Amino acid sequence: MPSIDAGGGRTLFDKVFDAHVVVKREDGQCLLWIDRHFLHEGSFHAFNKLKERDAEVARPDLTFGIEDHYVPTRTRDITKIDPAIRGMIEQLRGNSERHGLRLFDLDDPGQGIVHVVGPEQGLTLPGLTMVCGDSHTATHGAFGAIAFGIGASEVAHVLMTQTLWQKKPKRMRVTVDGVLAPGVTAKDIALSIIARIGADGAVGHAIEYAGSAIRGLSMEGRLTLCNLSIEAGGRCGMVAPDQTTVDYLRGRPFAPQGEAFEAAARDWLALASDLDAVFDREVRLDATEIAPVVTWGITPEDASPITATVPDPEQIADPARAAQVRDALDYMDIKPGQSLTDIRIDRVFIGSCTNSRIEDIRAAAAILAGRNAKVPGLVSPGSMLVKKQAEEEGLDRIIRDAGLEWVDAGCSMCVGMNGDLVPPGERCASTTNRNFRGRQGPGSRTHLMSPAMVAAAAVTGHLTDMRQLMREPAPAGN
Amino acid sequence: MKPFKTLDAVACPLPQSNVDTDQLIPARFMKRSRADGYGGFLLYDLRFDETGAQKADCPLNDTIRQGAQILVSRRNFGSGSSREAAVYALVDYGITCVIAPSYGDIFASNSVNNGLLPAVVSEEDCEALLAGLQDGAETATVDLEALTIRCANLVVPFTVDPVWRTKLLNGWDDIDLTRSHAEAIAAFAASDRERRPWMQPNRPATASSGT
Repeated sequence: MPSIDAGGGRTLFDKVFDAHVVVKREDGQCLLWIDRHFLHEGSFHAFNKLKERDAEVARPDLTFGIEDHYVPTRTRDITKIDPAIRGMIEQLRGNSERHGLRLFDLDDPGQGIVHVVGPEQGLTLPGLTMVCGDSHTATHGAFGAIAFGIGASEVAHVLMTQTLWQKKPKRMRVTVDGVLAPGVTAKDIALSIIARIGADGAVGHAIEYAGSAIRGLSMEGRLTLCNLSIEAGGRCGMVAPDQTTVDYLRGRPFAPQGEAFEAAARDWLALASDLDAVFDREVRLDATEIAPVVTWGITPEDASPITATVPDPEQIADPARAAQVRDALDYMDIKPGQSLTDIRIDRVFIGSCTNSRIEDIRAAAAILAGRNAKVPGLVSPGSMLVKKQAEEEGLDRIIRDAGLEWVDAGCSMCVGMNGDLVPPGERCASTTNRNFRGRQGPGSRTHLMSPAMVAAAAVTGHLTDMRQLMREPAPAGN
Repeated sequence: MKPFKTLDAVACPLPQSNVDTDQLIPARFMKRSRADGYGGFLLYDLRFDETGAQKADCPLNDTIRQGAQILVSRRNFGSGSSREAAVYALVDYGITCVIAPSYGDIFASNSVNNGLLPAVVSEEDCEALLAGLQDGAETATVDLEALTIRCANLVVPFTVDPVWRTKLLNGWDDIDLTRSHAEAIAAFAASDRERRPWMQPNRPATASSGT
């Protein structure tokens, strides 16, 4: 651990981490203060641990419940759904009520996916430490917060103490300079990084994303980028706060208001890595070289530009990697050397904490406008506020007219816990984060890509370079 | 938690990379209470076919691997979702030690919180252990004090974070330790309120109206 506690400049991560250390032990373990704790239906294991100890929630004012993982997307009436799923939702309601927690339930106009709701409500702020029993908590790092996923034992620990024992991870900086080509998005940057460093390339590291291409991203784009940090194995991902961050947060309901906001903004804008800060690892990408990316295998590292072909395991020197690719192609039922654009799909899904924000829905609608989908598909906006905004912009009509289903907010088909599943053997083009075996349902096959790329696949029935559809006007009278 | 010192048990090879937590326990089984036991769902889609019959090609179904308490797998074991249910499935099945070259960070942390040792070995030693088991070795001995694994005719070293090692050797739980720092936590919270007044969430009159 070369740079830990060494002299010289500090990274953004060090500054936020150090400001939260309550106790530091000689062995390096730090008791870290936690500013925000989000819970969802899966948190029942942790509440059961509290019950065993007859313990209370230490800081209900910093603890928020959100119904997202198991919620139905075609009705908000839980009396009409699978009783086992209803039971999950009711447990969260019961636990939130007993401990006096603010809950974004299905009747709340702000309900949605925890990693969409946090930023949207201004619960996510720069310089915070944030945890949730969900690996995609890394998302909130887009604001310059340290945000990471934890397991049920740790959820129980935070509930009881508002702290967590942590050892400072190593620091990695991923710098992306240059201007992205039209149609290339944060999703493509993230998948390119993962393909480069591997699905465990950032294990044990906190990532900071830097460079002109990152600075040029909207908050929505930065959220997508940080969301996928965990798919590279990263402990968390961060972007230093700037004017884009401050402008996004001004006026959000749970953010500071008025003069308090302006004072906070001054603190936030001072949060950045020192010029002489040393990172344990540096990775650089040229933004101009990034094309729209799709995955072809069963881990997010199995990603290639849409212009490429499916890799041939016979051509891979490393035997372990060759075996992994062989296994992936077998599961995905695709052939070495096949053009990625020749892969036909059965279904599409637009949603999840990765890509379900208003910008994502707009990007998909821009491709779908005036065209018909050749396959069925589901579009689930990330929150009911995103849904409302999209409907005000008429995007729901475009999506429905193209033949896709427009439903309510939740984790939905990303993980299938609510019953929104990809049937066995089917191939789904998806804006989600994991193409693991069976992730979207037993026997399902997932190709990850950006919302516009999913829309392009929907209207052609196969993986497609969306840039071709950007150039072609939609057929008249379609 | 039961302390972990040495383990001499049946070991099972699982020669795959990226055994993610969605595979360790598919999401559809996570609605159950822990009291019901999660062991039956461990690697469910790898162990069983659509009819619920055991798949012959899954090493865990091999007669000589019954009662396995040690699992040897390839890199990035336990990547993906933070679901602690993945560890519950392993532990309830009987596995108390996984041996692999690398782990998902959250999985590794969850393991230690449940008394399961995530032992890290080099890629080379991992391949040697897998080969030894595939050539017929049935058991392995994991010594957490000596940081060694004996299997077939091999003795290989492994690593684990020293803090985790101490925790596992003693069977410690964090909560009691943390509570001994209650005063420091209260003092931190009080001074932090002065330092970062903006940390406290605003309480909107009509919450969640958005902007």
